[in-house]
Parts: sequence; structure tokens; C-alpha cells
Amino acid sequence: MKLYCLSGHPTLPCNVLKFKSTTIMLDCGLDMTSTLNFLPLPLVQSPRLSNLPCWSLKDGNAFLDKTELIDLSTVDVILISNYHCMMALPYITEHTGFTGTVYATEPTVQIGRLLMEELVNFIERVPKAQSASLWKNKDIQRLLPSPLKDAVEVSTWRRCYTMQEVNSALSKIQLVGYSQKIELFGAVQVTPLSSGYALGSSNWIIQSHYEKVSYVSGSSLLTTHPQPMDQTSLKNSDVLVLTGLTQIPTANPDGMVGEFCSNLALTVRNGGNVLVPCYPSGVIYDLLECLYQYIDSAGLSSVPFYFISPVANSSLEFSQIFAEWLCHNKQSKVYLPEPPFPHAELIQTNKLKHYPSIHGDFSNDFRQPCVVFTGHPSLRFGDVVHFMELWGKSSLNTVIFTEPDFSYLEALAPYQPLAMKCIYCPIDTRLNFIQVSKLLKEVQPLHVVCPEQYTQPPPAQSHRMDLMIDCQPPAMSYRRAEVLALPFKRRYEKIEIMPELADSLVPMEIKPGISLATVSAVLHTKDNKHVLQPPPRPAQPTSGKKRKRVTEDVPDCKALKPLLSGSIPVEQFVQTLEKHGFSDIKVEDTAKGHIVLLQEAETLIQIEEDSTHIICDNDEMLRVRLRDLVLKFLQKF
Amino acid sequence: MKPTHNSFCHYKFPSGSPWSRGSPRPSVSASSPLRASQVVKPGAGPPERVDPAAGRGFRRTDGTRAGAPSLAMDPECALLLPGLCAVLADPGQPVADDTCLEKLLDWFQTVTETGSSLRLLQDNPCLVELLSHVLGTQDAPAGLLSFALRLAGIFGAQESGFQYLQGELLSGLFGDAGPLGQAAWTVPSVRSGWVQGLRSLAQHPSALHFLADHGVLDTVFSLQRDPSLFVASAASQLLAHVLALSMQGAAGSPPAPQDGAWPTCARRIVGHVEESLCSTAAPQVTQALNVLTSTLGRCHGHWTKALWAQLSPLVARLLEREPVPAAHSLVDLLLSVARSPVFSSADSGPWDMAARTLSRLGPLQAGPLALGLLKLQHCPQTLRTQAFGVLLQPLACVLKASAQAPEAAGLLDGAPGSSVPVDSLLSSKSACVGLLCQTLALLEELQPLPQRPSPWPQEALLGAAVTMLRLCGGGAAPASSLGGRLCRTLAGCVRVQRAALDFLGTLSQGAGPQESVTQVFAALLECLESPDSSPTVLKKAFQATLRWLPGPPQPPSCCALSPHTLLFLQELLPVLQKRLCSPCWEVRDSALEFLTQLSRCWAEQADFRRALLASEVPRLARQLLQDPESYVRASAVTAVGQLSGWGLQPASTSPQHPGAQQGLLGELLHILTTDSEGFPRRAVTQVLTEWLRAGHADVAQDTEQFVATVLQVVSRDLDWEVRAQGLELARVFLVQTLGQPGAGCPYAVGLPVASSPSALPAALHALGRVRLLDFALCALLDCDRPVAQKACDLLLSLRAELARRGGLQEAGGSPDPAAVEAALRGWRTGEQGQPLGELAPAAMLAVLDAMDLEGFRGRLAESSDRVERSPQSLLQDMLAAAGVRENQADCY
Repeated sequence: MKLYCLSGHPTLPCNVLKFKSTTIMLDCGLDMTSTLNFLPLPLVQSPRLSNLPCWSLKDGNAFLDKTELIDLSTVDVILISNYHCMMALPYITEHTGFTGTVYATEPTVQIGRLLMEELVNFIERVPKAQSASLWKNKDIQRLLPSPLKDAVEVSTWRRCYTMQEVNSALSKIQLVGYSQKIELFGAVQVTPLSSGYALGSSNWIIQSHYEKVSYVSGSSLLTTHPQPMDQTSLKNSDVLVLTGLTQIPTANPDGMVGEFCSNLALTVRNGGNVLVPCYPSGVIYDLLECLYQYIDSAGLSSVPFYFISPVANSSLEFSQIFAEWLCHNKQSKVYLPEPPFPHAELIQTNKLKHYPSIHGDFSNDFRQPCVVFTGHPSLRFGDVVHFMELWGKSSLNTVIFTEPDFSYLEALAPYQPLAMKCIYCPIDTRLNFIQVSKLLKEVQPLHVVCPEQYTQPPPAQSHRMDLMIDCQPPAMSYRRAEVLALPFKRRYEKIEIMPELADSLVPMEIKPGISLATVSAVLHTKDNKHVLQPPPRPAQPTSGKKRKRVTEDVPDCKALKPLLSGSIPVEQFVQTLEKHGFSDIKVEDTAKGHIVLLQEAETLIQIEEDSTHIICDNDEMLRVRLRDLVLKFLQKF
Repeated sequence: MKPTHNSFCHYKFPSGSPWSRGSPRPSVSASSPLRASQVVKPGAGPPERVDPAAGRGFRRTDGTRAGAPSLAMDPECALLLPGLCAVLADPGQPVADDTCLEKLLDWFQTVTETGSSLRLLQDNPCLVELLSHVLGTQDAPAGLLSFALRLAGIFGAQESGFQYLQGELLSGLFGDAGPLGQAAWTVPSVRSGWVQGLRSLAQHPSALHFLADHGVLDTVFSLQRDPSLFVASAASQLLAHVLALSMQGAAGSPPAPQDGAWPTCARRIVGHVEESLCSTAAPQVTQALNVLTSTLGRCHGHWTKALWAQLSPLVARLLEREPVPAAHSLVDLLLSVARSPVFSSADSGPWDMAARTLSRLGPLQAGPLALGLLKLQHCPQTLRTQAFGVLLQPLACVLKASAQAPEAAGLLDGAPGSSVPVDSLLSSKSACVGLLCQTLALLEELQPLPQRPSPWPQEALLGAAVTMLRLCGGGAAPASSLGGRLCRTLAGCVRVQRAALDFLGTLSQGAGPQESVTQVFAALLECLESPDSSPTVLKKAFQATLRWLPGPPQPPSCCALSPHTLLFLQELLPVLQKRLCSPCWEVRDSALEFLTQLSRCWAEQADFRRALLASEVPRLARQLLQDPESYVRASAVTAVGQLSGWGLQPASTSPQHPGAQQGLLGELLHILTTDSEGFPRRAVTQVLTEWLRAGHADVAQDTEQFVATVLQVVSRDLDWEVRAQGLELARVFLVQTLGQPGAGCPYAVGLPVASSPSALPAALHALGRVRLLDFALCALLDCDRPVAQKACDLLLSLRAELARRGGLQEAGGSPDPAAVEAALRGWRTGEQGQPLGELAPAAMLAVLDAMDLEGFRGRLAESSDRVERSPQSLLQDMLAAAGVRENQADCY
């Protein structure tokens, strides 16, 4: 069993598991941090950006974190754990010869589609006149300013995919539900479990009859909108692959939400605007819910909230229809019937308005001071670029970063000097290390495999020994482009016995509770399933003249020697020998058993745990006599 | 006389209450609170009322006043007693509930304390009959049996009573023949009653003989191990008591244990304690130590030394065991011995043992002993040093673990003793947190004491507290592995954070070098800023910050804030700003309280004023007047009211908030009128009172109009505290209008007032215009006693002041009798729609004069449950519950 680690990013994993005869890809996250090396793509021509020295506004956004560690066309299935971890899917399904199936839950697919759609839309609506790739040449790259010259594997960076590729990729997905058991070629069974992190997010169990691998990716134990995490089904795993923990282990989400609200209120009360760069789905639902409760108490009911994204409308509406994927509280609202999320009411009362982009209706309705939620969190493309340009000059305004995926300082770099206030309130509801250690205590896997980042404290806080995985035995760590042999061997395989064969067995109890029977059968293997069938019957005689004995046709059914079991009690054996006329018997103890020495007959009987040898000089009669005496102590069947 | 319904008051006066001052009762009018009976027509009737919340006040139909509960046995109770005893003895009657029996016992206790129990028993033979009956009944109910045992104990506490009961009764109840052998003994309350009865009984030598003769002590010994904790503890207490009593009885020369001179009881108990101390079972050792602790703590006779001399070797032997058994009880015992005046600092024995105990016990158990020893003035210096070392050890360990450089640690430098136990303790999270919290609490207790060790390691302690806060916040970067462990244990630990902040606050009383203070400010800011700080931690951080900020400059505004403080302030205000916007109401509330206290200290400080006005804080605070949480609104009212009083209002308010146009006063009045919760309204009345007192500009514009409006609103308020505060506001106005009353006391002889006599009528007119009397008279009938009391005081002081000024003549003219009568009638009937109206000053005076305000105050001063607390009422209740006597007077 091997694990190929294609991504070194702990929260955007991409691993391939070879298990029995299957090749399973676990997630295909897309690390977009390389976009930070590029200039923002403004919606309107920005003289400031285009005049920046030493920055060239040319190449598109390209990023892909893959290596040629494994031939991706051999991948049988891809299991997706949440919508953030499927963003590289088109690169794999469309460009590698992949012919397998992708499994994901319905919300994952729908919201993943929205994220991809938004990404493609953001990129495509500002087409570039020219593209450059020559700079990727190592010799030229060396001459580029830092940090670009230090960027690794620039050659693997790719252009953004198209909507067509997205659609094609998504068509290869097969929808699954929580706890649904999916057979892969009869060899293994995969099951998604609720992971509590996002709508439809899942952990996966990959198991055969005797082995169980759990894949935990992006899970949360906090009470937010999705269904709570299913922990019990993770028990008794041989290996637990642990990825997607919180990226900001020191920030408690509750504290951050409080911080978010406080800073938002403070800015708006001062007459400033608030910009929240965010993804169109996920934490934004929780933020809107918090604000729903908070704005009245903070006297902000008159402040407009704008949500701008090409998929804003779909995102807000999708969230309301996936009732079965929501936490219990929200599910029960559906039966009232009420919309599960309160943002429906915000929209109804005109407190929250959503627009596909800054063009069109938005420019008519736009009123300040206001709060704007828009993408992309990297600040390199999307409508957020416009608002950064618009509001960056005033110290009354605030940009509040809630997504932890990008370094906010790097994201802000091209906008400097910036007068607006910047607040960093990363809200990451994924497991923190305290929760992980509780989870591992509860689930007790035999082995834990995780990215190497989790086995040491974060580099910036090397003294925080609490910010790492602490388990026994120590977790196995992996890094990008590493192949890990998972530390357990398969020892058993399940074989079925056909009923008629089972009927013919005559078990014999050899110990209380243990019965044995000999089986003669034909082992039939197909689709990774093994079945013992009764030996084929002899062909019925076609004519009555020539009858053949059954045994002649079936070589397997030669006269079988009985199998023996039991142990020989030496003292009784000696007594029996004496009874049968042997005298001068000597018993010697050896490391493995006993030697009974018949000195008169010059014969040795060597009794060991699993064998008995009678050594005598060409006296077959004596040997047979002795053998029969030995056999008296053993059971035959 | 028919009661007249009074819509103002929700209760009625007892019809027979002596209302009038000086006049005989029979007149109808005399039962009104009016003095001048001639102004009241017969039949007009006073507002009949009973005591507030006292329905049972009706019970008295004989017209006598229900005075203070009489505790002695009065004839009325004596009459009821036989019936009650019969009820109690009657198996067919349900036994009255426990609380009644408890009250009955309390009463008998009081009666026997003030009189002879022999006489009581002789006068009321039913009591002995009851006891005999219980003794004679085989299956007496457990409750009754327990009651009888305790009752017998109370009666036997006096030797005469004991002699009277002695014979079959006492030995039957407490001896082997009594409940000991019965099935009822399995009930804990019976065993408890038995022990308590004996405890009451054991007051004289005869009782000791009784105990010795009847083999009672063996039973008490066994009861020390009773499954019921109450019984076990009472048994231990009884032993300690008997031991002390027995030793006191053996007056004269100190008994020498070896010659068997100890009295019988004492010998047996000491023997039992010795045996228990040698036991391997920890509970038995604990019991023995507890008996010793109670004995030594209470008795300081010369024999205590002998007792300790005999038992201390056994106690010392406990220290040799591993682990030391019953550590908590041992600590209590040693402290009790050390505190005992019998031992002086010259007696080395107790001190040596304390020193050994300190070194033997773990830091968690030794901490309380160390603090106890440090509190003792006469504790030897070496022991003090050792004890302080024990207290400092955990903090020294924290400092050492997180020190960047080894020389930075300043606690216990070079002190002997290892930190091994501390190290091992710090390995487990719960132990570590428990130890640190205890240590901080103990040091906090020690810090303000005059006998605290000197030199006090202020700087090192500051360093330790700051380090702990850093560790909790995850900000510390310790180099050592121990530091790493500590960091892992303490990161995010709210308990330690709170304890450290409390401790840090306490340390503010001592100065520290500037560098330490800067560190403290940085740590506090970190706590206040951190988004992860829980609301309770924030509150503590605010409190600690207030304690660390320098007090108001003396004299005000002459010296500027120190640059460090100013810098801190500049960083503090943005944090405060953010906290005022927190989604968590507790945080907003704490922030507002902090703002109030901060501005109270520094409001006159120019730098502070500048910084505050430049920030958003005043404006945000004002916006919180609309907060959905009532506590926050209340705190906002207080804060904003105070800021406004100091002229620290926001420069301009945003127009979108209601009430902003009408100014702060309008907004506050709006809250007072419309807020559905009591807290904000209370806060508004307090603020407005303060404004009136301080002559706030908004109030000074038209004070009369202001007072009239407030009083009118307040009089309708449902919250009694608001009404009481309204009276305070009225009092302030009164003082301002009439001038300071004579030394603040209505009865004091006043000095000549500064205001001219001719001003009096004008002042009275002013009072009339704001309807102050109207308000006060309504409040006099308030259903809440504190309001009525306050109104009464106000009116008394007004009357006294007027009398001092020459009263009626000064007021100008004689009163119009019709107006006075109308006013009084209006008041009595309490018609809300038709208050007194604007009274002429003379009429006002006449009304005041006609009322028996002193009598009124006397009645109000009486506790409202005085009737229920009387023993007679108790007896009647018990009888009524049994259905023997119809209790006609229960108004419900």
C-alpha cells in the first residue's frame, strides 16, 4: 500500500493511494498562492497599476501544483472531500488521459462549480492582449526580481482553465451521499462521511474486508451551518490520513468573528466603508448570520450590505436548498417552513443586496457607507480589485480579511501605499490541534499519516509545542513529491464459500469453540472477489455402456490423507509404549519438545510441536507400530 | 370601620395601629396618620393598611399591636403549648414539617437561655409528658424522635433542668435503652438529633458524669465514622466539646498524663484520639485531627499544652508516612496550634513541626500552611523564610522555565530547596493550573498584609505575573524544555489568566521600576487587544488596568500625565473603541464600566481630555444608549452621563439616532419614560440626580422644569429603586432650594442660615411648582418599604427645616383649612389622577404638621415579618396545620 503525495500544501491536498489493485486520488486542491506574484487584473484601466515600475502586466494566472510522480491516467477514481479541494479537477480530467470516475457529494459539486465559474469569469472578463511564457525559462527567471526569481517549479504553472473544460470535468463526477457504500472493482469499498466543515464536505473511508484507511480532510467540530462531523465511523482505522487542519491554529474562530463585527461596526459608524474579500460560499454564510444578529444591536440596520460575485445569486440560493446537508437546527427550520439561513430575510428586507458584478444595477444602487463582500481573496482579480483602488486612499475605510488562504500582507503589496485600515481576522473553522488530539484519542487509529507541517510547530512560533500533532506512535509525515509505503501489511483475504459446498462440510470440534473441516473446492476469482465452489461433478455419462469412476476424472479428489491434530502427552505415551512391550525408555527434553529414546530398539521418536519423527533403522514394522501408537493420541479428520 | 381602597398602596395598615401622635386611640380620626384630628371628618377614615406583605397581620383581633416578637414564654404561648404537645404526640396527626420543629427548637433554646428551664418544665408539664410519651412509644416517627432528643438536650443544658429530667427520661433517651437499639436509629436525622441533644446537654459536670456512666462515648466514637457527613462531623464536634469541658472541670494544676490525673471523659477521648492517630486508615486520622483542631482552636486553658505534649509525637509520626495522610486536616491542626496563645514563639515544638510539615507536603497542600504561618506575627523568622519560599516556588519555577537568560530570574535566588516537586506537578495540566491559581490567590491575600515578608520581591512577582499572562496568551517564547511544556499547558488557559490578572491588579499597590511597569502595561494591552480573550478575562484586564493607572493627579490639572502613561492611553483608547463595538454584550458592558471609572479618575486631566475627545469613544458610548441589552444601556447611561458632566461629550452626534436632536437630556428622559427594563431607568435617575447636584448646564437652564418632569415620570415607575432614587433627587433639590439643613440632621440645632428669611416663601413656592410634596406624599404610601422610609425621612427633614426657619409665619399667611383637608383627603385616597395639586406654602406646612411622621417612621422601621416571627404565630401555625384550631385570621 503506497501513498503518492502530489501536493505539499496541507490544506489543499492531492494524494494518490494505491490500495489492493486500485489507484485512488484523494482530492485535487489548487494552490493559487502563485497568483500573488502577479499584478492585479483591474476591471477598469488603472493608470497607477499600469505605471508601476518593474512590474510587467502580462502573463495570466497560472498555477498547478503537480509533479510527474505518477501517471495520472492510471488513476481509477478521484474522491473529493470539499469544494475547495477540487479546483484542480479540470487540469487532471482534461489533460492527463484520466478515464476514471470522480466521486463527490452534490453540494460539493454545485458549489465547486460556482467557485470555478467565478474564477473563470474573473479571468476571462479581462482578456489580456498578449501572454508571455519566455520568462519561465530558468535563465531568465534568475534575473527577475525577488520573490519571482525564487519561485519554484515555475514551469508547472498553467493558465486558468476554460468553462468548457470545467463542464467536461464536472460531467465525470458521480454524486454520492453520506454513508453510501461504493464498490470499486470489488476490491475496496469507499464511503463518504460528513466532515462538518462545509456544505457537503466529506471525509472518506476506504476499506477492504480486513483493512481500513480513513482520509480526513477539512473537518470541523464547531457548530456552524453544515451537518456535524461523523467521528464514530472513523474508529478502528489501520491508517488515518490527516490533512486540512486549520491554517491559523492560534486564531479562535469565535474571537475572530467578534473582531470582525467590532471592526466592521467601528468603521461604518465612522462613516467608512468595509471591504471583505471572500469566496462566494462557505464562511460568508456564517458571517451573514452573525451580522444578521449583530447589525440591529449595533445600530447598523440602515447600512447596506452588498455581495458581488458572478455567482452571488446562485450561492445564496443553493445554500437554502441543501437542507439535508445542514446542521440539525437548520434542517428543522425547513419543516416550519422557513429558510434555513437568515440571509433570506436580509435579502427580503433589502439589507443585503447581491449583484453579479459592479457594472449594471450595482452602480445605480450603490450607497455609502456600506459593506461589500466580494472576491477574489487574493486581491489579484475579481471585483475586489476595483474596490481596493476606489477605497484604498481613505483612512476611513477598512478591508477585513477573513479567508486564511493568502498572506494578507502579500495580497496588499501592489496596493501600497494604502491609507485604508487593514484588519486580519482569518476565520478557519477546521480542526485545531487540541481538537485533533481529542479526535485521535477517540478514534484511535493504528497509524497517522499527515503533512510534515503538522509534525512540528509553525516556523513563526517555534516555541508553541502545542501547535503540532501529538500522538502515539508518532505520526508519519509526508512532503510534496514523496512516496510513502504505508506501515501495514495485508494478511488476510476474504473468500466466500458457496452454500452447497458449505453444506457438505463436516466440522469436527477439536477444542471447545473451534471446529475444523477439510475442504476440497475450486477457487474462483473474478472482479477481485474470491469464491470457493464445489469441485466440478464428473460429466454425466453420455452412454450407459462405459462407466467411469468418478475419481478418475477429477484429479483433485484423490484419496485424501486425513489431517491430524492434537498434542502428544509424553508421560502417557511412554506408559503406552511400556504397555506394548517396549522397555528401557528414556525421555529427553529438548528446546522444541521431547525425544523418546527406545534404547533397546535403537529408535528415536522426536516429538515437537508441529511434527513427530520416528527414526529407526529400516524396521518398517516397528515404525508402523510406533506410528499407530502415536496416532492414537491424535485426532483425525 | 370599613377599609378604604387605596390605589396607591398595595397593602393596608392594621386597623388598630396607633396612627396619631399624642392623641388617645378611641377617636376614629386618631387612627389616621394625622395629628390634627379636627381637620378630618369622622368617617373619612384613614387608609387602612396592614404591614407590607403581611397578610397574617390580620390575625390579631384583640387590637393590641404586634410588637417585636416576644421570645420569652408568655401566657398566650403557654396556653397553646398543651394543645401543641398533644398534636405532636398524636400518631394520627401528621408531624408538622421540619422547619416548624426547627423554629420551635430555636424558640425553646432562646427561652431557656433567658430563663430557668426547671421553671419552664414545672410550669408546662405537657413538655415532660411529650418527652415521656416519645420515650414510651416503640415506633415513634423519626422526625419526632429527633425533635424530642434535641428538646431534652436543650432542657438539660441547665443543671436544674437536667436534675429534673434525670432518671428514666434522660437515660432512656440517650442511653442504651433509647433509640440506639430501635429501628429508627438507621435514620440519619435521629442519630443527628441524638448527637445534637447531647451537645446541648453537655454543659455541666453532671452531664459529664452522665456521659461517662451511660457508655455514651463509645457510641459517639462510632458515629465519627457515620455514613452521614453531618452526623460524623457533629460527633467530632461533640467529642471536642466534651474534651474541653472535661479538662476545664479538672481545674487546678495541669494534669500529668502519666499519673492518670485526666478526668474520665478526657482520658477516654484522648485515648481514642491516640488510637485513631496510629490508625492506617486516612479517614480515622482525619477525624482525630479534626477533634484536636477544634479542641485546640477553642480552648486555651493551661492543660492544652499538656494535651499537645502528649499527642504531638503521634502527629509527628504522621509526617514519616508516605504519602502524609490527611494533609489538609494536618495543616488545619498545625495552624490552630500555631495560632493558639498558649504557645509562644519560644515554644519550638509547634514551629519545628510546622517546618517539617512544610518540607514534607507537596506545594499544593503546603501553600495554605505557608500563608497561615506568614500571617502570624510571632512566627520565627527562619520559618517565615521557609514558608515564603514554599509560596514563591511555583512562580520561581515559571520564571526559570521561561527565562531567556538564567540571571533574569529574581525569585528564590540562591535559596535552598529544589523545585523538583514543582517540576513534576507542572507536567499535568490540571495540577499545574490548580497550583498556579492557588499560589496566585495566596500571594494576593498576603500582599496587603502588614506582616508580609520584607523585602517583598515586587519586581520578580511582576515578572512572574506578566510571564504567566504571556504563556496563557501564547506569546511567550521560552527557551527551555520546561518552558515549552508550560507553554503547551497554559496556552489559552482562562483560569490562570484571570488569576494572574487579579494578582497583577493587587501588585499595583506596590511600585515597580519603570521597566516593569512598561511590561505590565504591555501585557495588559495584549490581553485587552487579543480577540481570543474571553469576556471574563477582559473584565479582569480592565480592572487590573484601572488599578495600574496612576490615580487622579493632585492637585488636579497641575501636572501632566507621564509620557509612559500617555503613550499607554493612546494605545488603550483604540482598544476601548473596538471593545465598545463588540458583539458580546458582556464585553461592551465591561468596556463602558471601565470608561466610567477611567473618566472619574482623569476627567480633569487635560491630556486625557484631549486624547478622549480626539477618539471615537464618547460617540460610541453614546450610541450604546440604544443597545438592545439592558445592562449595556444602563452602563452607557452612567458613562455618558458622567462624561457629559465633565464636559466630555462628543463634538457632534450623528443625526440618525433618535433623541440626538433633543440633546442628551432628552435622550435620557426618553429612556426613563420608555425603557422596559429597570436597570437603564435606575441609571438615568442616578445620572440626573448627579447632574442636579453638580449643576449640569442642561439642568441649570430650567431646574424647576427639570425636577418637575423627572419627579412626574419617576412617580409612575414600577421599579422601587427608581422611585427611591427619585426621592434622592427631590432631596437634592430641597437642599438646593432651602439651603443645607442643619448639619444634615433634622433634629440638630441649626446654625443661622445664609439665605435670607424672605427667600423661604419663594422656595416653598418652588417646591410647590415642582410638586415635590405631592411626590413625597405619594411615596410615603409606597408599597415598598425603602421608598416609604426615604419619603418619610425627606418629609421629616423638610418639616424640621421649616420649623427651624420659623415655619408658618415665614411662609406667609395662615393655611386655608379647606385646601389642607382636600390635600389630605386626596392623599389618603391616593387618587392617582388627582394629586394634591399646587399647594400654597402655608397649606403645605399645615399638611406636614398634621401628620405623625415620627410614628410613621417607627412603624416602617419594624421588620415586615415581625408578626410571623413571633412564637405565638408559630404555635398557631402548627396547630392550624394540624387542624386543631381554626385560624380565623388568615387573610389569604
